[in-house]
Amino acid sequence: MFDTLILILDSTVRLATPLLLAALAGLYSERSGVFDIGLEGKMLGAAFAAGAAAAVTGSAWAGLAAGILVAIALALVHGFACITHRGNQIVSGVAINFLAIGLTALLGQDWFRQGGRTPPLSGDGRFTNIQLPFAEALRDVPVIGGLYSELLSGHNLLVYVAFLAVPVTWWVLFRTRFGLRLRAVGENPAAVDTAGISVTWLRYRAVICTGILCGVAGTYLSVAQSAGFIKDMTAGKGFIALAALIFAKWKPVPVMFACLLFGFLDAAAIRLQGQEIPGIGEVPVQAIQALPYILTVVLLAGFIGRAVPPKAGGVAYVKERT
Amino acid sequence: MRAGQLPRWADYGLMPAINVVAAFLVSGLVVLLIGENPVEAVRILVWGALGWNEGIGFTLFYATNFIFTGLAVAVAFHAGLFNIGGEGQAYLGGLGVALACLALDRFVPWWVTLPVAVAGAAAAGALWALVPAYLQARRGSHVVITTIMFNFIAASLMVYLLVNVMAKTGSMQPETRTFEAGGRLPLLQSILPGVDFGSAPVNLSFVLALLSCVLVWVLIWRTRLGYEIRTFGASPGAAVYAGISPVRITIVTMLISGGLAGMMAINEIMGSQHRLLIEFVSGYGFVGIAVALMGRAHPVGIVLAAILFGILYQGGAELAFEMPAITRDMIVVIQGLVILFAGALEHMFRPLLLRLFGIIAAPASKPA
Repeated sequence: MFDTLILILDSTVRLATPLLLAALAGLYSERSGVFDIGLEGKMLGAAFAAGAAAAVTGSAWAGLAAGILVAIALALVHGFACITHRGNQIVSGVAINFLAIGLTALLGQDWFRQGGRTPPLSGDGRFTNIQLPFAEALRDVPVIGGLYSELLSGHNLLVYVAFLAVPVTWWVLFRTRFGLRLRAVGENPAAVDTAGISVTWLRYRAVICTGILCGVAGTYLSVAQSAGFIKDMTAGKGFIALAALIFAKWKPVPVMFACLLFGFLDAAAIRLQGQEIPGIGEVPVQAIQALPYILTVVLLAGFIGRAVPPKAGGVAYVKERT
Repeated sequence: MRAGQLPRWADYGLMPAINVVAAFLVSGLVVLLIGENPVEAVRILVWGALGWNEGIGFTLFYATNFIFTGLAVAVAFHAGLFNIGGEGQAYLGGLGVALACLALDRFVPWWVTLPVAVAGAAAAGALWALVPAYLQARRGSHVVITTIMFNFIAASLMVYLLVNVMAKTGSMQPETRTFEAGGRLPLLQSILPGVDFGSAPVNLSFVLALLSCVLVWVLIWRTRLGYEIRTFGASPGAAVYAGISPVRITIVTMLISGGLAGMMAINEIMGSQHRLLIEFVSGYGFVGIAVALMGRAHPVGIVLAAILFGILYQGGAELAFEMPAITRDMIVVIQGLVILFAGALEHMFRPLLLRLFGIIAAPASKPA
């Protein structure tokens, strides 16, 4: 029973990582007042770029760099449309999702001719699992061995990066000048403007942060978790991340718990496939898969607390009427 | 004409045209990147969509889907609501159509089934829009987010139903049994004499779509409810002062919008597939956003935009056939670019146009 639990929690961590990275990515953008439903597209674009670059160069780090660059490029398109040209943020996000799905499949087929996949990665082309110190020695100790050697140790670098990004994001957002201004610009951009700070430049920096984290999230999918890019491999993870972000009320530490919860549901769904639960019977996998979305809707309905988005979210800032 | 405003023809005709041209120019760059000739690609695309009877038939078939989802988004736009749940609402609409067809197809002719199927599609689509509408109206949660969530919930629900409940017995395919003649709409060529669309599935739904356009036009611009919807969309505050209930308008508009999205399933399920299958919506709901934006939320514009997207779909399929290096994914790229330029970047060329019109208009207003 304990071993099973550790196994499920272990896969929870693995499944929560891309959600966590993408949700934190969305946090920067949305806290600055730029809604982003294009997390999915940026992740997908990054996953493809990372898979392609790692396959060509044989280096996972080159993959990471390419993934981040592509995600930043897509984030800048979003910024150009929504910040500079005051376009509709939802429409821009939809456009980026379409572009990413189309371009990754089109270019993938043209470059590698493997039905939209990138060539399989091996060795240095992937981020391999890291054994934490003493993990081997502690393996046989009861409870601690399971927790430390199985659950905490033995993940790849990007998993640790994702969980490290939580305190870093908290610190940046709530303990730095940049973070204060970023939150302010999401609530009341006019006040920030009056203080002589450029709303445009602040929001651009926020969407670049979003790009960086989406890039890591995408790279994790194709270079760390899997050994190569597969067509449409994000499969809605960007939207689950968005749900987690809302579920966590746009706060970094709750975002982590929301992502772990949604990751756990995913892990449990895989585990429970075709199994009877005593007293309930067979739970349909689809019900568990839909649960993150249902939970988010219930939260939004105001039945478990209240999710209030940043006040200026979704509205482009108009400095002067001409 | 006020300062800072374009003449109406430029605003409604020229601007969308420029945006689409920009999207196509960038698409041309993508084709160049793949190492094919963009001019040749456009030639194949246009010929594939409009150069032969069957091509035209397919173009109109796809356009039918886009008209419904475009109208759905447009109606919500008029109330200032953003319904991006067309995908899920159309999916549920398929359930409504399929239930009607499965129940009736063996007993009655298609024209008896049709009204029931239309009612089923509209009701199911509307029902799927009801919860997000209620939450927006009463609980203040944003309709954009809830409709996204409902798209995914719809996907899970439909997979469950098709795999566990509705799959035909003895088959592993997640789809229902094929409808008999009583659950199939006649093809357009069998109604209109002298028209031949080959094997294209364009059917009576196209007429239904055009009829919906007229009804939407009447609703929005010629009824009291439409007036209230537009007032609420233009200024919710003013609407409240005028005695218009925000809750009522939000819910009614979303029901109409969801119903229209659900109607898409008539074309796809009753008109072409003749069975309910998973993921038959495949992005039509999302493209409806682009259609509504390009069509400026007006039925005439929506028909034109829907035909343009129909051309893209059908021509893109031909293109993938003629130029194997360009897969069908090119259509998705072009759609993305059209949504980007015609939607998110719609104002990018406005300052330029204003300056151009300023230059042209200035000497006329101040004769030397």
